[in-house]
Amino acid sequence: MSSKLVVSTSPHVHSSFTTRKIMASVILSLIPAGAAGVFFLGFRSLLVIITCIAACVLSEWLWQIIMRQKRTVSDLSAVLTGLLLAYNLPPTIPLWMAVCGSVFAIIVVKQFYGGIGCNIVNPALAARAMMLISWPIAMTTWTVQGVSGPTPLAMMKLGNVAMSSATTTSTGYVMPSFLNLLVGNMGGCIGETSAILLLLGGAYLIWKEIISWRIPVIYILTTVILASLFGHGGHFPLYEALTGGLMLGAVYMATDYTTSPMSAKGQIIYAFGCGLLTALIRTWGGYPEGVSYSILIMNIAVPLIDKYTEPRVLGAPKSNFFKRMEAK
Amino acid sequence: MSQHIGAPCSAVVAKGDRVLVGQKIADTEAFVSAPIFSGVSGTVKAVEPRMTIAGSLDPCIVIENDGKYERAPGLFEPGHKPEPSEYVKIIRSAGIVGMGGACFPTHVKLSPPKDRVIKWIIVNGAECEPYLSCDNRIMLEQPDEILKGLEYVLEIFPQAQGVIAIENNKPEAIKILTERNKNPRITIMPHKVKYPQGAEKMLIWSVTGQEIPQVPALPADVGCIILNSRTTWQIWLALTCGLPVTERVISVTGDAVVEPKNLQVPLGISVRELIGACGGFNEEPLKVLAGGPMMGLAMRSLDVPAVKGTSGILALTKKTAYIAEESACIRCGKCVEACPMHLEPTLLDHAVRRRDYATFEAHGGMNCIECGSCAYSCPASRHLTQSYKNGKAAVMAERRKAAAAKQPAEVKK
Repeated sequence: MSSKLVVSTSPHVHSSFTTRKIMASVILSLIPAGAAGVFFLGFRSLLVIITCIAACVLSEWLWQIIMRQKRTVSDLSAVLTGLLLAYNLPPTIPLWMAVCGSVFAIIVVKQFYGGIGCNIVNPALAARAMMLISWPIAMTTWTVQGVSGPTPLAMMKLGNVAMSSATTTSTGYVMPSFLNLLVGNMGGCIGETSAILLLLGGAYLIWKEIISWRIPVIYILTTVILASLFGHGGHFPLYEALTGGLMLGAVYMATDYTTSPMSAKGQIIYAFGCGLLTALIRTWGGYPEGVSYSILIMNIAVPLIDKYTEPRVLGAPKSNFFKRMEAK
Repeated sequence: MSQHIGAPCSAVVAKGDRVLVGQKIADTEAFVSAPIFSGVSGTVKAVEPRMTIAGSLDPCIVIENDGKYERAPGLFEPGHKPEPSEYVKIIRSAGIVGMGGACFPTHVKLSPPKDRVIKWIIVNGAECEPYLSCDNRIMLEQPDEILKGLEYVLEIFPQAQGVIAIENNKPEAIKILTERNKNPRITIMPHKVKYPQGAEKMLIWSVTGQEIPQVPALPADVGCIILNSRTTWQIWLALTCGLPVTERVISVTGDAVVEPKNLQVPLGISVRELIGACGGFNEEPLKVLAGGPMMGLAMRSLDVPAVKGTSGILALTKKTAYIAEESACIRCGKCVEACPMHLEPTLLDHAVRRRDYATFEAHGGMNCIECGSCAYSCPASRHLTQSYKNGKAAVMAERRKAAAAKQPAEVKK
């Protein structure tokens, strides 16, 4: 034997999962929904997507050069952030605003806190929230097939919802049909329109064991059930699930590894909290839509949730929750 | 001369002595220890430090094989039937240790504290790691001997029931042992294929539904004794034929080996010879391991002796044993899902890296069984298991220091 043997600690084999592969799978699963967005909302959507991705990747790359840090652009996380941010924007957004949002997401939300794995809130969502406050009109102008109008959720908020074109409401807007909501033929952000494709993407990720079913399923069910109980929008439980950013948020935003709890118990509490807040905001809040803020608020609660849901070590005495609270 | 957990032995032979197969060559008075026997007949060439599997220089006895394999007399007169009260003593004198790899002296396991009632004797047939298949072979080829070995142990503990736990991926072993078993006190229990099923705590949980309390509790605290299948076979050999441990079955495998095999070999054989017997390497290996891929030791050299605990020799190519660069933890929680002890590996890893050993201990770090599941599943390739090994060592060192600081103070009084 000519060369030397490598000596290192166990284990000596490794699963094929890597950060980059996980990011790549998530991006792959997002492509169909984005394609639907481009199809229904027009070619400009594609331009917004490309702008966001380019701005995110470039700002991360430049930041790491300036700060003399290890370049981690190749882990694809910046690409994913850009993609998710674009999916949360209306297709008519001015491109310079999209660039501002991307830079904010990467530099302020991600890199200021230490880069990948260290941010306390989801970068894409925080950027969306920042943009919503800064440019409220540009962020809430929706058009579908050239006609601008409110989103289905905004209609539900207004309380004058007509179920078919035969019964137009006083405002003259028509609630999209169930089928249109499902495939995504409605006004809204680029990536959140097609519920069915987002669900398929989520199913793919669960099948690949990249995300667990817990957060999306519990989040969506909680929102639907509670919003119905609260009497939001005239009792259309399915509409509740298919409209606005709920699908995108529950499948892709709330499941972000870094900003969600690690233990199973923690994930259940977190998903329920997201669902509760979304239902509250949709029913009584000032905004028609509550997904972004719900997730952001629950993001901040994650360290606390993690602390109190640490799994019991095998063989450790079984203690009840309140005793543990006191001990801490 | 240290083929077990506990006190090392010292040589009872000297340079120039002629030794026979099964002749005792090293022993000690200590309780937690086990004697060592020659695997060949021949002449003692040297008693000196040599490189061992762990990569350090340790005292070794070098014997030149004369190829005659003349046997030394057994542990007792042929025809003698030992009484159950003698069993533990004979097992000690036969040098039997846990042959799964941990090498804990078996007679110590079989002498639990008086206040512990042993209810279960579990034979571990859940091959402890991927790649290894030596336990499966012995269950297939010598099922009657294993059953008899277990019966001997059951005679020592009249209140216990015997269980042979086998993973579902060995249906032939399950079938043959179930067919041959005539003893109502013994059950054959199939288990899910799941790493680390062969680990002591996991196996007790699967078999009895009991959790072993946290370290330093032992299986005996929940009424269990766990024996590897080869260990059980060795007990049969010692109590039926009066023969000590001189051989074992070693799985020589891995993708760098031309023809992977299970070899029955005399102890002390060099690893290079084992690989030669399997056709050598088909590709330059990146790592050669003693044991399995999850917990095995990477070796520095092939010119080291195989010992009682060498369950496998695994040669891995670059493709299999590729070491990726570490990247930042993304908090994905895969390690939390993987940990069989229900720890939060990433939290412990952070604590060790900032040398916060108090946090490491408070979150149960000392319970880590070093199975490697967390590091295996980590997408950021973080060296998690290595971290806990460091953390555990640091905590142990601190405890020793604290104990040492306390002692002189007591003396002064």
